[in-house]
Amino acid sequence: MPASPPFRRIPLLALVGPAALVLVWAAIASLRVFPESLFPHPAAVARGLFQEMASGRLLNDVVASLFRVCSGFFLAALLGVPLGLAIGGSVRAREALLPTVNFFRSLSPLAWIPFAVLWFGIGDPSVIFLIFMAAFFPIVLSTVAAVASIPSVYFRVARDLGLEGPALVRDVTLPAIAPQVITALRVTAGLSWLVVVAAEMIAGTDGLGFAVWDARNGLRIDLLGAAMVTIGLIGVVVDRVLLRLTLLPSVRWGYER
Amino acid sequence: MTLTSGRAEVLLQLEHVGERFGAVEVLRDISLTVERGEFVALVGPSGCGKTTLLNLCSGWIQPSAGRVRGPARLRMVFQQDGLFPWLTAGENIRLGLRHLPDEAERRRRSTGLLNLVGLAAFEHHYPHQLSGGMRQRIELARALGGETDLLLMDEPFSSLDYLSRLRMRQELAQLLRDEPRTVLLVTHDIEEAAQLADRVLVLSERPGTIRDEVRLTTPRPRGATQADVVAAVRRILTELGLEPAEEAVAASHHQEPR
Repeated sequence: MPASPPFRRIPLLALVGPAALVLVWAAIASLRVFPESLFPHPAAVARGLFQEMASGRLLNDVVASLFRVCSGFFLAALLGVPLGLAIGGSVRAREALLPTVNFFRSLSPLAWIPFAVLWFGIGDPSVIFLIFMAAFFPIVLSTVAAVASIPSVYFRVARDLGLEGPALVRDVTLPAIAPQVITALRVTAGLSWLVVVAAEMIAGTDGLGFAVWDARNGLRIDLLGAAMVTIGLIGVVVDRVLLRLTLLPSVRWGYER
Repeated sequence: MTLTSGRAEVLLQLEHVGERFGAVEVLRDISLTVERGEFVALVGPSGCGKTTLLNLCSGWIQPSAGRVRGPARLRMVFQQDGLFPWLTAGENIRLGLRHLPDEAERRRRSTGLLNLVGLAAFEHHYPHQLSGGMRQRIELARALGGETDLLLMDEPFSSLDYLSRLRMRQELAQLLRDEPRTVLLVTHDIEEAAQLADRVLVLSERPGTIRDEVRLTTPRPRGATQADVVAAVRRILTELGLEPAEEAVAASHHQEPR
């Protein structure tokens, strides 16, 4: 059993970074190193944040962005993992399709923005499409790599136990790739959260990315800061939530060796 | 080669089997028979094709020459990491009992198997939370759970330290007394083979051929320093050119009066 050294948690230690950041930020703003119109004071950003919350616009933007990210991301995972399973299971399929998948993976999803707007117009479908394009190919690639690296001993044992067809996929292949796929989902969820901001700036009429763009156009740098703080905080929360998946007992093995 | 009496049921038969991978000839003209209830061990230097032979027996690979006839129901015990890491010890064993239709029956039997290997307290532990010896015991329990005709063991204790290996040999001997099985064990551990097997087949260096067959008749479990085990080890080492020949001769003279 892995012996863990005695480790005492200090409560709220994770808040040291943010506190230091706000202090330095406030100091720079108070000293007027930069003009006030270009560098907002944290207090102004906080006021902007409360103002946006009170008006309900912030909540609306958060919900809009989260809805798009969830739609695009779940669609990508729902199609990407099975496709990765199919490709990863066959050497021939890997040879035939991996270069193509790699091509699209290397293509910045932002390059699709013009086509997205031309095909789907301004609004949800465009943004969801862009998030899908950002998440789908990395998910496929990671699943392929995970399937290809399953130790053959698992399949030999499965054969001895009479596991085949759907039972083999359910009881061996999927649990064997689960840790790697969960890691890939965490990474791509983060990627989706990056992409939604850029996508909404151009192809959205609301959402946090649109809020950033709107604040810039209105020269409201306090609201710009408020939108950025919100984006960062939600990104951290989303990753924390997905991190919980790695604590499932049946996938712990994948992170402990 | 082994003569089989008319009554004994032949479970595994290899006839003039050869295997080559490209230009490399791994096995040459191997003929062997395993009867129901027998414990046969294959020993030989590393790289002599022992594992390849086992893979031929299990049907995982096909021979380049000759013929392999084995039972449909067999299970292999691997060197290490044959357990599914995403399942607990108990779940691994119960997956090995999936031929039993009744859930309650599976549970009863898995509890019995966990008791048999002395790990009932570890039913809910995952493999990565167990020691190497515990993992091999669980894997053994899972293999024993199947309705198998033949157990193939690929150096099942080679990842363990010497004392754990000694203990596992005794345990395996006792397990087989409680749950008799036909076993083909592949090992580079000559002492292990001599302690456990009814017959030890000695393979030569690559391309592997059977050079000698040593029979042991004393009941299991056998001690590592028991006379016939020591004599068998000496004979096998001599056969492999790892023991000075005169000493072996002197030792066999010494033993003759008994």
